[in-house]
Amino acid sequence: MHNLESYLFISAMLFCLGVFGVMTRRNAIAVLMGIELILNAANINFVAFSKFNGMNLDGHIFGLLVIVLAAAEAAVALAIIINMYNNMNSINVDEAARLRQ
Amino acid sequence: MDNTMITLPLLILFLPLISFVILIFFGKKLPRQGDWVAVGSIVTTFFFALYLFFQMLLEYDPNFSHGASFSWIDLDAFKIDQGILIDNLTIIMLLIVALISSCTHIFSLKYMEGDIRYNRYYAYLGLFTFSMNGIVLADNLISMYISWELVGVSSYLLIGHWFEKDSAADASIKAFLTNRVGDIGFFIGIMLLYSAVGSFAFGPIFDSIATGNTITGLTLTLAGLGIFLGAAGKSSQFPLHIWLPDAMEGPTPVSALMHAATMVAAGVYMSVRLFPIFTPDALLVIAYIGGITAILASLIAITQNDIKKVLAYSTVSQLGYMILAVGTGVYTAAFFHLLTHAMFKANLFYCSGSVIHSMHHALHKIHDEKTDPQDMRNMGGFKEKMPVTYWSMLISTLAIAGVPLFSGFLSKDAILAGTLGFAQHHPEHFLLPLFGFCAAAITAFYMFRLIFMTFHGKPKMQNIFKDIHESPKEMTGPIVLLATLSFFIFYTLPKFNPISTKESWFTQLVEAKDSVVPGGMTAGEISGYAHHAHYLAMGLSIVAATIGILLAVLMYYKNIVSPKKISERFGFLYDWSLNKFYFDENYNRFLYQPLLKLSDTISWLDWEFYDKYFINGFGRATNLLSKLSGKFDYDGIDQGLVDGLGRITDAGGKNLRKIQTGRLQNYLLYVVAGILVIIIIQAF
Repeated sequence: MHNLESYLFISAMLFCLGVFGVMTRRNAIAVLMGIELILNAANINFVAFSKFNGMNLDGHIFGLLVIVLAAAEAAVALAIIINMYNNMNSINVDEAARLRQ
Repeated sequence: MDNTMITLPLLILFLPLISFVILIFFGKKLPRQGDWVAVGSIVTTFFFALYLFFQMLLEYDPNFSHGASFSWIDLDAFKIDQGILIDNLTIIMLLIVALISSCTHIFSLKYMEGDIRYNRYYAYLGLFTFSMNGIVLADNLISMYISWELVGVSSYLLIGHWFEKDSAADASIKAFLTNRVGDIGFFIGIMLLYSAVGSFAFGPIFDSIATGNTITGLTLTLAGLGIFLGAAGKSSQFPLHIWLPDAMEGPTPVSALMHAATMVAAGVYMSVRLFPIFTPDALLVIAYIGGITAILASLIAITQNDIKKVLAYSTVSQLGYMILAVGTGVYTAAFFHLLTHAMFKANLFYCSGSVIHSMHHALHKIHDEKTDPQDMRNMGGFKEKMPVTYWSMLISTLAIAGVPLFSGFLSKDAILAGTLGFAQHHPEHFLLPLFGFCAAAITAFYMFRLIFMTFHGKPKMQNIFKDIHESPKEMTGPIVLLATLSFFIFYTLPKFNPISTKESWFTQLVEAKDSVVPGGMTAGEISGYAHHAHYLAMGLSIVAATIGILLAVLMYYKNIVSPKKISERFGFLYDWSLNKFYFDENYNRFLYQPLLKLSDTISWLDWEFYDKYFINGFGRATNLLSKLSGKFDYDGIDQGLVDGLGRITDAGGKNLRKIQTGRLQNYLLYVVAGILVIIIIQAF
């Protein structure tokens, strides 16, 4: 594991999986999980670029920030999902289309 | 002096108009419906006219003439002056009009008492007098024409005063329309003169014709005849005489005013005023028309039974005399006859009015509404009951019959002498004096027939006879005055000469002027002929009058000759006369009906052809075009372009709306796809 490409490859795989999950899942929680995957793909990129660029800690710091951000985001998102469930008795994202004309 | 000669005529002209305006607007609100306004103003004008008359006698100048005018319309190329001309002719005519009009106003006070349109009647009398004075005072053809038309209008209003009666309404329309025919001729004549001379005023027209190079020959004859046609219409000459007898539908005082001094006198006055412009050819036509009118009307008058109809035809006949005199050149005699005729004819009408008034009251008392109060067959023996009316009417009848010592003798004699003199000089026109003398005899006959039928013999209707009474003073006053004026003495002053007017004020103050037409006879020549024939004419006219009167006495007073037998012997002649020579019927058959048919045809063409095919065709074509245009607009522009744009936008919106699913994941898909596209593009 000495080359950057393998990291990036895994990160890309993870990103694609995340996007795929976000786009295909109907379950809001699953969508949320997809978003987590995307964030983590970004994290891997940060850390990998940081490692292969003289080990300054910028990437790491950013990775930590993203993790915190992901946690906050998950909290807000879950709150939204709970509210959604309360209002619609469902967490199917397709049904949350009331604003559509 | 000069000033009064202008202001007094103007006052005489406008006072009746002021009275008309006051009465027509405020008449109903004034006490006694304002008749005192009318009577007051007209009597004032009479005194003014009398003053002018005496002023004229004091001056004693045949060339006395005053005038004033102002520019009415001035368009550089086209200029009309309005003005008045006062000479001896004008002053005498003003006096006639004012006198007869005053008498009519006073007479009407009782005659028209209680009439439903009392104030309007007096208002129209004022308008009538104003218009007539306008004709008399005019110094140019346009002023005269304006007043001429006003006389037509006011006569229409007065004849149709009792317009509830169909016959009165018809008569007023007939009078107006017949006059219009004449007026068109008058207008053509005026325009012919104007186009040649460039002026409407009498003076310049005479001067210009005298030069002989502006308007001559046939054109001048036609202009003269056109103008004469106007006179024929107003003065009721053959063939336009048909309106006058019908005009008797108006109130009797109006008949007196209209048929003695104002309307019918207007035509004669105008012919006299414009005498100098008539060419010898035109004068010949005028003379024959006058002669024919005189004899024709007198023949009709013989058989009429309506007292006013007899007087109407006698008026037509006397007017024919005047026109005959104008035609033969002795136009001062025509004017003289106009003067004397105004007095005795007005009086005859007043007397007939007095009789009718009395009859009317008597019939009203026994509630007889069917009997005609104007029919002489219902009268008879009124002499004792109405002495004033009888004697006055007798005097006027003697005057109109041409009996010596009365005014009519003098004027008729002057006319007949002129006619005879003319025929002696032009033997081929022997018919003219023949017409004159025959008419004189017939006039004497039918007038005495009227007197005998009305005042002598046994009363025909005993049941009303006891109620016949003399008329009140308002009516007998004018009658006596005018009867007095039928004596010769007033016309021969300052000489007392019952057979000749040679040295009278009239002959000396109204001098015949030469015709201005080059080659026309001079006044000296004409009066020479007339003078030459004077005694012969006088003898013949006395004979004619005697024959007429004797016949009347035999047939209607002594009853020696039965009128019935004579009428049976000459059945068709009697019928002709009784039916007025079938003028109305023939006009109807040969003039009105073809005219109506022509109008019908034109109307048919207009409706059935022009309207149906042309106008409606245009309509249909326009309609079709509009439909096409509408279709294009609606289907093409509206539906295609305007709505099409809308539909495209609508369809676009509807289709694009499908993209907006409201599903986040779809949006995300688009974003990813977009990014991928951008990346791929970037990569290459």
